[in-house]
Amino acid sequence: MKRIEAKHLLGLENISTQDIETIIDVGFTFREVLERPVKKVPALNGKNIVNLFFENSTRTKISFELAEKRLSADVTNFSASSSSVKKGESLRDTIQNIHVMKMDCVVMRHPIPGSCLQLSNYVDVPIVNAGDGTHEHPTQALLDMMSIKEKFGKIKGLNIGIVGDILHSRVALSNIFGLIKLGANVKLCAPPHLLQRHIEDYGVSITYDVDELIDWADAVNVLRIQRERMGVGLIPSIREYRKFFGITSERLSRHKKEIVIMHPGPINRGVEIDSQVADGDQAIILDQVLNGVAVRMSVLYLLLGSNDFD
Amino acid sequence: MSKIKSILLNELEMSKMLTRLSHEIIESHNEISSLAIVGIRTRGEIFARKIVDSIEKISGHKVDFGILDVTFYRDDFSQNLGSPKIGPSDVNFNVNDKNIVLVDDVLYTGRTIRAAMDELFSFGRASSIKLGVLIDRGHRELPIKADFVGKNFPTSNNEHVHVLVNEIDGKDEVRLVEY
Amino acid sequence: MILIKGLEKNKGFILLKGGRLYEPFLSIDKKNDILIKDDVIVKINKSIKEEKNYKVINCDNNIITNGFLDLHVHFREPGFEFKETIKTGSISAFYGGFTRVCTMPNTDPVIDSPELIKFIIEESQDTPVYIHPIGAITKGQKGLEISEIGEMVEAGAVAISDDGIPVKNSQVLRFALEYAKKFNIPVINHAEDNCLVNDGLMHEGKMSTKLGLPGNPDIAESSMVYRDLAISEYVGGRLHVPHVSSFKSLEIIKIFRDKGVDVTAEVTPHHLSLTDSILRNYDTNAKVAPPIRSSKDQKALIDAIKSGLIDCIATDHAPHANEDKDRDFKHASCGMIGLESAFGIVNKTLAAEKVDITDIIDLFTVKPSRVMNIIPNVIKEGNIAEINIIDPVCKWIFDQNSIKSKSNNSALLDREMFGKVLYSMNKGYILNCKV
Repeated sequence: MKRIEAKHLLGLENISTQDIETIIDVGFTFREVLERPVKKVPALNGKNIVNLFFENSTRTKISFELAEKRLSADVTNFSASSSSVKKGESLRDTIQNIHVMKMDCVVMRHPIPGSCLQLSNYVDVPIVNAGDGTHEHPTQALLDMMSIKEKFGKIKGLNIGIVGDILHSRVALSNIFGLIKLGANVKLCAPPHLLQRHIEDYGVSITYDVDELIDWADAVNVLRIQRERMGVGLIPSIREYRKFFGITSERLSRHKKEIVIMHPGPINRGVEIDSQVADGDQAIILDQVLNGVAVRMSVLYLLLGSNDFD
Repeated sequence: MSKIKSILLNELEMSKMLTRLSHEIIESHNEISSLAIVGIRTRGEIFARKIVDSIEKISGHKVDFGILDVTFYRDDFSQNLGSPKIGPSDVNFNVNDKNIVLVDDVLYTGRTIRAAMDELFSFGRASSIKLGVLIDRGHRELPIKADFVGKNFPTSNNEHVHVLVNEIDGKDEVRLVEY
Repeated sequence: MILIKGLEKNKGFILLKGGRLYEPFLSIDKKNDILIKDDVIVKINKSIKEEKNYKVINCDNNIITNGFLDLHVHFREPGFEFKETIKTGSISAFYGGFTRVCTMPNTDPVIDSPELIKFIIEESQDTPVYIHPIGAITKGQKGLEISEIGEMVEAGAVAISDDGIPVKNSQVLRFALEYAKKFNIPVINHAEDNCLVNDGLMHEGKMSTKLGLPGNPDIAESSMVYRDLAISEYVGGRLHVPHVSSFKSLEIIKIFRDKGVDVTAEVTPHHLSLTDSILRNYDTNAKVAPPIRSSKDQKALIDAIKSGLIDCIATDHAPHANEDKDRDFKHASCGMIGLESAFGIVNKTLAAEKVDITDIIDLFTVKPSRVMNIIPNVIKEGNIAEINIIDPVCKWIFDQNSIKSKSNNSALLDREMFGKVLYSMNKGYILNCKV
């Protein structure tokens, strides 16, 4: 019996709602494993997983590595230099290397959208997208949804806001596709030029007013403002961004309803979110980190356990 | 297609058997306070719960109870034999220095019990582990033997023992089924 | 000459029997038999009797027409011979029914001098096609100083273009448009405002949003088309807009044409036949510049063909080696090959839109000839036989075997085509495209 239909986790846009729900459910089972004195299960004993990171990432990489080790898989880390990505040679070589090394699963982070899907055309082991540029970062969205479900007991019917640089985010699209599939209402809030055109066609609503978003939402996912976006004309200044889009404690205190605050990390304290908010009772940011390990265990277990690739 | 060959146990026989198993477990444990019963999902869990109720009634002592889901510990998931529905384990007591009786419905190859013992170790170091099963149908593939057996029932490989419980199936009954 | 299966030099008589002769240059459209000796048409008549020494090609239900002209190809020589050479490109063209092509100057070195124009023409001498090179507008395609346009035209250049690099400096473009008037050649400017392209990798729209790829908006093209036409109108120049991709650009071309400005435009088979949904699996073969756009744009391009706003088809045949395309989407090269599949896919698209076969043939023959002032060997007695025999309704699959180019970067691979060039003839060569 297959537990999920999908052969790879490339994104949440092209995976069934049923599969998303299964991954989150099994994620909660692994949450229980993470509470045990011994947090390791032998489920993927003897499986080789390679973490291919063509772009710097500390948190995602550690989270995947922890998930793999707690499933007893053998882990190989491969960090490519950014120069090989610049030359664009990486994908082709990667394909050959994976064949030769007889890996059972590939976890890949790559700066260019679509790279994981392209790789899946040539490699017949499961591929997990750990972020492909401004496209998708499905495990991040899964952990976000798992955290929402943990907090509210459901996802369907909730009002979920996402605020920040939606256009350049690797997190936003996956969250949008996943949340809409699971029946949440999604509203985006960003400076108008940092939103994709036609994004409303994918079932979300838009506001440029962060106070309106807070009034409306049950939970708000605060995206990180990347400092490299400053100074290239996209965000005029930190103080201006804070004034119009920042999740400050002063702003939250003006609203009667208490909403849940999420953040994919790493946090720019004092830029997109205040320290008091990030460390406060409303925030579930640390739960997100823990759920990240659990949901990645779930993804790897379901992909490697439910399909026979021999 | 499967067909029912015979009814091995009916409701009354099952109930009597559980009472007998409970007595045997009490007899072999001098200190009830260190005894814990752990059921293996899903049907083992139900019998374990019944045995706990029975032991508590007979002895008047509270007995620790836990549930194991051995899915992640199985050695055969790539053959897609793992349980289709995975749920969390629930062992809410300190396993260290406990005398534990694992409970399952049917003992067959022994692989589930091997997985359950491994998993139990991830919660701590038990003082001892014993095994209680409702039916032992033979065909062991590992050196595992039950300490408390409801009924030994030798079977052939194309036969299957179906244990029905009221909580899931609407009735208590053990059937011998042929494929 | 490189020999491929089915290509031979004709010796003796060939009789084309029973075909419909469609000769738009001479306004002929009726059943005619044609007798060819070696490389020359010796007789055209309602019915020519077979002789024993004639090789007969039965042309029942087929159309005999002029060889095609593609005014926009890349043959990569000199400099990138691993992608294509003048010889392999010529065979690829001939297989698709093209007996004449205009090559773009973006080679290494850039074709910006009469010597290099002569080199291209000389290299094409012993191929089955005539090559009419396009010279660079500016020296080295750098957009700074205009090149020796007059010398290049005398050497055989038929137009000027900096190909994929838009002439950014409006004053330089003005000079070029003005100066080119003396030599009566069109100026072809790749219309894209690179600031608005903003590293976009596909058409900006619903699909780019879904794929997370940075978008290249249609206004990057249309605003440049507007600038080019405003300058051209002002100086009375002659502008040709290559590979129009968006309905917004068509709107602007229409405004200027209605005012009487001398502007022509081409569309590629892929912009005419595909939409951006082809990129849903990040097929780098469909990565082209300008990008393949939405279904609304595709529909507008078809309408512009019907109304005559777009003059002709041009393939923008852009061969790239596998290693240029087997990359992530950002680093993969832009462009696709198009010569072998051009007629089959365009005919399929336009026939489905009820466009008459003769109007479709015009897009490949008489209309591009008018744009570039190139007069072919028309089909009459005494002329060199520059002829295609076409089955307008044959269904076939465009696969690896149909590719004669050195490269195989096509987004149309394994698609069904409608209509095929069965035989092409030119310069005494005959190619049986059925084998």
